[in-house]
Amino acid sequence: MSAPKGRLAAQKWLITRRLSQLGFLMLFLSGPWFGLWIAKGNLTGSVTLDVLPLSDPFVILQSLAAGHIPATTALIGAAIVTVTYALIGGRVYCSWVCPINPVTDVAHWAHRRLNLPKGWQPARTTRLWLMVTVLAVSAATGTVAWEFVNPISLLHRGLVFGIGFGWTFVLAVFLFDLFVSRHGWCGHLCPVGAFYGQIGRKPVLRVSARARAVCDDCMDCFTVCPEPQVLTPALRGATGSTPLILSRDCTNCGRCIDVCDLDVFRFTHRFDATPAPGRVASKSRLTEPQP
Amino acid sequence: MPAPGFASSLDRRRFLTETARMAAGCAVAGTLLASFVSRAGALPATALRPPGALAEADFLAACSRCGLCVRDCPYDTLTLAVPGEDVAIGTPFFTAREIPCEMCEDIPCVAACPTGALDPGLTDIGDAKMGVAVLVDEEHCLNALGLRCDVCYRVCPVIDQAITLEMRHNPRSGHHAIFLPVVHAEFCTGCGKCEKSCVLPEATIKVLPLHLARGVASDHYRLGWEEMQDKGAPVVEGIVDLPDRLPGPGTDNLATPGGFAPEGAGDFAPAFKLPGGKP
Repeated sequence: MSAPKGRLAAQKWLITRRLSQLGFLMLFLSGPWFGLWIAKGNLTGSVTLDVLPLSDPFVILQSLAAGHIPATTALIGAAIVTVTYALIGGRVYCSWVCPINPVTDVAHWAHRRLNLPKGWQPARTTRLWLMVTVLAVSAATGTVAWEFVNPISLLHRGLVFGIGFGWTFVLAVFLFDLFVSRHGWCGHLCPVGAFYGQIGRKPVLRVSARARAVCDDCMDCFTVCPEPQVLTPALRGATGSTPLILSRDCTNCGRCIDVCDLDVFRFTHRFDATPAPGRVASKSRLTEPQP
Repeated sequence: MPAPGFASSLDRRRFLTETARMAAGCAVAGTLLASFVSRAGALPATALRPPGALAEADFLAACSRCGLCVRDCPYDTLTLAVPGEDVAIGTPFFTAREIPCEMCEDIPCVAACPTGALDPGLTDIGDAKMGVAVLVDEEHCLNALGLRCDVCYRVCPVIDQAITLEMRHNPRSGHHAIFLPVVHAEFCTGCGKCEKSCVLPEATIKVLPLHLARGVASDHYRLGWEEMQDKGAPVVEGIVDLPDRLPGPGTDNLATPGGFAPEGAGDFAPAFKLPGGKP
């Protein structure tokens, strides 16, 4: 392994991301806590500074499936959110905004520290099936069905408006990710994340494994990545193939950038055509003679 | 022989098995979710929706549970249901006995609603139908007992329309009046101020949801006297107006002893006479 980065540099995007998550929460909490109203409402619908309406497009879609045509404000809000995430990556919502992300991140950290088996690993497409199921249940019951159980809004609304027994749902997600299934909730089941992934099929903001030629197979990125299947085509691609992580599952969390001691990864845009030669096989630590 | 689109019959088999597994799993998950949703979606009678709320079934399809109505309510009347309460999680409601609706003229909660779950067509708070007040317990209501409490009547924002005091005879004392509070649903908005201010430990007047508080007349019912007033004619044209059947001889009618005696009844005598001797 090459010389490790400084402690702070190795946490740069993680810290930025935590600040972002905290920041989005504080936008909503500054009102009820300090009387400073920036964003009113919660993640399913809000008004920022009394002018900017935002709505969760997945909630609006369920509402439509349930047979209600939302008023203009909600439709505009959903359109703004959709366009924004379509540009920066749908699942940026998951890693930079969603309040459940720190919960499952801590669960995964503990999961690794305890060296637990990865457990139940349903296919990554399960969440898409669940997303369709949620819409079907919305249509069948005439309700915004997922909002009855959605741990994201239970936690966020709970923190902003009062939580009741809502914390039990959050604890359930934590325990599920810790003991039952590695990356289970966000990586396999959450229909909200699946929906945002569908919005961001061709986002502009992407991570690139531009310096993949120097990769020494330490596997740190695969260990830390919540969606490790997205890394392989970019990192292990041959010269001529794109080093961009194009999978819609990628949450742009930047953890791979942080943990890589060789600075293989960086944020860029999807039109970035900087040449990135593939790896030279002999660089691999796996093939180096062991001392 | 592999099916078209699959490299081998094994691939095809795997595809079908995977699909069946997913579909079965989703059917189970969907059924659980649907049954939870239909249970959790029932609204208890004490929970009132904000003004302009769509009918409950439509409301659950429309409300995004954002809480903007709660934020813009100046009296902290509205809250979002938390898990553990019987109201659909995250939806806004109020409990009249705790904090009633103050019926703001500009209806800020409706103005704040981004989805239309609170109908923007409600522009006059007097047209709101959050519920209807019902005098549920005449056995304890002080006015119904013949005392002069009158508090529900006095606090009503639509006084003398939504609640009136109807003077009745007090049969207990024989010579006093009862001023019975009577709710007129046409004018009652269901704000809950009467329930909130009822002086008894448990309110005897309560705001109930419309479906509990109100009966519904059959579609084909016509009230003859209203038709007469509207049309100036009986509800059925050409109806033959038969003479009213008056109590005849032999009945025990005290008001007109002897009753209607037709011509030629002869020497018929009523069965009894009033004291004083008049026939």
